[in-house]
Amino acid sequence: MASRETLLNIGLALLLLVLPVIANYSGEPFYVTLATRIAILSLAAVGLNLALGLGGLVSFGHAAFFGIGGYAAGILATHAFSGDPLIFGLPGTKQMLIIWIVAIAAGGLAALLIGLITLRTSGVYFIMITLAFAQMIFYFAISWPAYGGEDGLPIYVRNAFPGVNTLKPLSYFLVCYALLAVGLVLFKLFQDSRFGAALQAARQNEVRVASVGIPPYRIRLVAFVISGMFTAVAGALFADLNRFVSPSMLSWQMSGELIVLIILGGVGRLFGPVAGAALFVLLEHWLGGITERWQFFLGLILLGVVLFARGGLIGLIAGRARHG
Amino acid sequence: MAEPVLAISELRKTFGALKATDGVSLDLRPGEIHALIGPNGAGKTTLINQIAGTLKPDAGSIRFDGADIGGLGVAERARRGLGRTFQVSSLAPEFSALRNVMLAVQSVQGSSFRFFRPVMRDRSLTEPAMAALERVGLGARAHLPASELSHGERRQIEIAIALALGSKAFLLDEPMAGMGPEGSKRLTEFLDGLRAEAPILLVEHDMNAVFALADRITVLDYGRVIATGTADEIRINPEVRRAYLGDEA
Ligand SMILES: Nc1ncnc2c1ncn2[C@@H]1O[C@H](COP(=O)(O)OP(=O)(O)OP(=O)(O)O)[C@@H](O)[C@H]1O
Ligand SMILES: [Mg+2]
Repeated sequence: MASRETLLNIGLALLLLVLPVIANYSGEPFYVTLATRIAILSLAAVGLNLALGLGGLVSFGHAAFFGIGGYAAGILATHAFSGDPLIFGLPGTKQMLIIWIVAIAAGGLAALLIGLITLRTSGVYFIMITLAFAQMIFYFAISWPAYGGEDGLPIYVRNAFPGVNTLKPLSYFLVCYALLAVGLVLFKLFQDSRFGAALQAARQNEVRVASVGIPPYRIRLVAFVISGMFTAVAGALFADLNRFVSPSMLSWQMSGELIVLIILGGVGRLFGPVAGAALFVLLEHWLGGITERWQFFLGLILLGVVLFARGGLIGLIAGRARHG
Repeated sequence: MAEPVLAISELRKTFGALKATDGVSLDLRPGEIHALIGPNGAGKTTLINQIAGTLKPDAGSIRFDGADIGGLGVAERARRGLGRTFQVSSLAPEFSALRNVMLAVQSVQGSSFRFFRPVMRDRSLTEPAMAALERVGLGARAHLPASELSHGERRQIEIAIALALGSKAFLLDEPMAGMGPEGSKRLTEFLDGLRAEAPILLVEHDMNAVFALADRITVLDYGRVIATGTADEIRINPEVRRAYLGDEA
């Protein structure tokens, strides 16, 4: 017997798959691009949801990993285009599979270094120091002329995936959707595993976890690294979607947006990021078409969620989360 | 006499001008229940916290199971077999009683860095956890969230956790509190049998339980040990009567 939340999740997954296909064949490729944006932001937020939702780690610096993934795609593509070697005589590449691996490695390494320091703090200090690290990387990107500085870095032709014509909007959407699916499956496995149990318990009561002999710091560090990896690969996809990467991917507004997505959708819920990203992107599209001030209405909705629907959209429809 | 499992010597801890632990030495021998009593604010919980590692002493040493554990963190001490319960129970409130105990089982089995197998379908976790809950009489309530259980029941979960850890010594901070007379009686019987598994350092205000159970009693007052001895010795000690027992004993 499937729970209400499972049914809702299946419904959301199907909608996100079927609607772009319909849009594509009714000659509305713009909506395919919109759905691709939703899938990519969902994946980035699934990553943050690991740290924030399961671990209670309110990172206000996840744009760092999103941007690092984006720059991994941009820099590798630039070198592949120009033919100049990257480092140690290694060439760039246009292969998404390789780009993703590099993005994951770079995002994971950055998360490790940032996590080693920030996870010694908690609460407001953690929020502020993750923000500070992301801002450092943001200003570094702005002042580094080799890869576009403030102006950003174009990707002239979208990178390649074996057997897929990534230039076709629907094909690229399906690539992103598949990666989101992998991300969601992994999130669910982690959530239900021993690691997930320790991580969620550390959010509820750190002293309890230590008192049974599990060091919370190490659990959180691993969670933060995995979280950074997810968000980085989403960043690589985002750069390829826009065929452009710029410091705005590293900005604090981006970090804030990822947090907002999760709060809108449901903190710690498997499909919270998907519901949140869909709502966010659709609001941006519709309200943004009516008024420049659409974020004012986003703010109102956010306020409503925080005051009256703590579980976000998923919680509103499927009720409170249950732990076995 | 058998080598003590736990031996603390000359422990000191001050909070500002307050000497919360003032040169305390005591030990815990195999098979015994050693009660730690004293008035409110005497420093009992502070002492337990230093033994378990949640507080750092200013001076003194703590030996456990043949090694100096003074430099180790909370988690490492727990892994070595120090099972403690809290005066104000400290659990993962959203998790069921069972999942709280399963956390201890997974810790004992080694790694928490396993990412793929669902814990609720892992009988090597659920079965020992359920067995521990049944031992403390909480089997029927295993699937309720800890936050929905009574104070007394949360206490029992903490004891089940200490059992599941395979503790080599138990540090119990007022386990009877909030239990009610019937519950206290059952817990007294349970602890009576438990000492054969591992010795117990028992902080308790329920004097009936203390005098029924304790092989030895140490009395703290203003952070200092004012007496140590058998139940009978403590009962007639004039300083203890003045500082703590009054005319109740
Ligand atoms: N973290 C702290 N900072 C400052 N003072 C503290 C701290 N913890 C405890 N104290 C003080 O140290 C003294 C001993 O407290 P402790 O909790 O150990 O007493 P206790 O013997 O367990 O009392 P009770 O029987 O009420 O549980 C008290 O005066 C208390 O106010
Ligand atoms: Mg106390």
